[in-house]
Amino acid sequence: MGIHELLSSPWPWYVAGPLIGLTVPLLLLLGNKVFGISSNLRHVCAILPNRIPFFNYNWWQAGGWNLVFAGGIMLGAFLAAGWFGNPEPLAVNPATEQDLAAIGVSVDGGFAPEAFFSLAALGSIKTWLILLGGGFLVGFGARYAGGCTSGHAISGLSNLQLPSLVAVIGFFIGGLIMTHLLLPIIL
Amino acid sequence: MTTSVASPQSERRSVAEIAVSLLPYLLAGMAFGFIAVKSEILAWYRIQEMFRFQSFHMYGVIGSAVLVGATSIQIIKRFNIKSWDGQDITIQDKDRTWLRYILGGTFFGLGWGLIGACPGPMLALIGAGLPAFLIALVGAILGTRVYGMVMNRLPHG
Repeated sequence: MGIHELLSSPWPWYVAGPLIGLTVPLLLLLGNKVFGISSNLRHVCAILPNRIPFFNYNWWQAGGWNLVFAGGIMLGAFLAAGWFGNPEPLAVNPATEQDLAAIGVSVDGGFAPEAFFSLAALGSIKTWLILLGGGFLVGFGARYAGGCTSGHAISGLSNLQLPSLVAVIGFFIGGLIMTHLLLPIIL
Repeated sequence: MTTSVASPQSERRSVAEIAVSLLPYLLAGMAFGFIAVKSEILAWYRIQEMFRFQSFHMYGVIGSAVLVGATSIQIIKRFNIKSWDGQDITIQDKDRTWLRYILGGTFFGLGWGLIGACPGPMLALIGAGLPAFLIALVGAILGTRVYGMVMNRLPHG
């Protein structure tokens, strides 16, 4: 298998997980920074005009590095999808495919169902409500909980923080309610 | 999440020096974005598999990331390793209150389950060619702003 094939096929969890875990010591060793992506949402609010005390701080000093990190995520994803994309359609567990079919969502080979998450879907008001509403909950919840998947589930748990475990339990309570109770109504 | 106070002379650094000091963070972010695509953790379907307990993939990714992260932090603490720029490595403990974590976490999870992307993967999806997630990002910024406006009226204890 050549290097390009190796980079193009999907990576198993035992390759991706440890590499993501290494982000924690990497950022600590680079400059005593803690891996946490949702802080960038707060930094953006601090950049935008506002009179809210929570957003009144020196965002460049606190989060300049993190905003650059966030820009890197988009760039890295662009390279991965553009030059090392998996040529095969996304494989989904047949049980999940069946469950999703029951609520009218088909597996179409992409990362997210085109019916809701493509530019073509933006003609529907429902798509806007899903994206804006879902995004709102993610942003509001992350700041309320003081972190997201990276800040709590990875950094916080790696630092053996009990509050982070509680937050992750919260992530699952919300995710399970959405998946099993609300998605069938919404979609 | 973390803030570090820049040294006074950093105010007078040239643009080139600042760019060089930020380059490692750009590369680290690029690595994360690359991995997010290659491991498909940015996929809405992977999150659905996770919340339906029908695939081990996401549990394996997060679990092994925590194992590596925790081991690294223990090594850093045990040997008092300093950062590249000579700082002591200090990770602030999370406040030991509980309501904010369970309530905030639940709000977050509702959003995660709906759009299948948390903040990192949201950025990766935009980069990977799904610009519709820009709207989710705008929503996330709005949600953060509203939290800042109403936070004093929310229970945190």
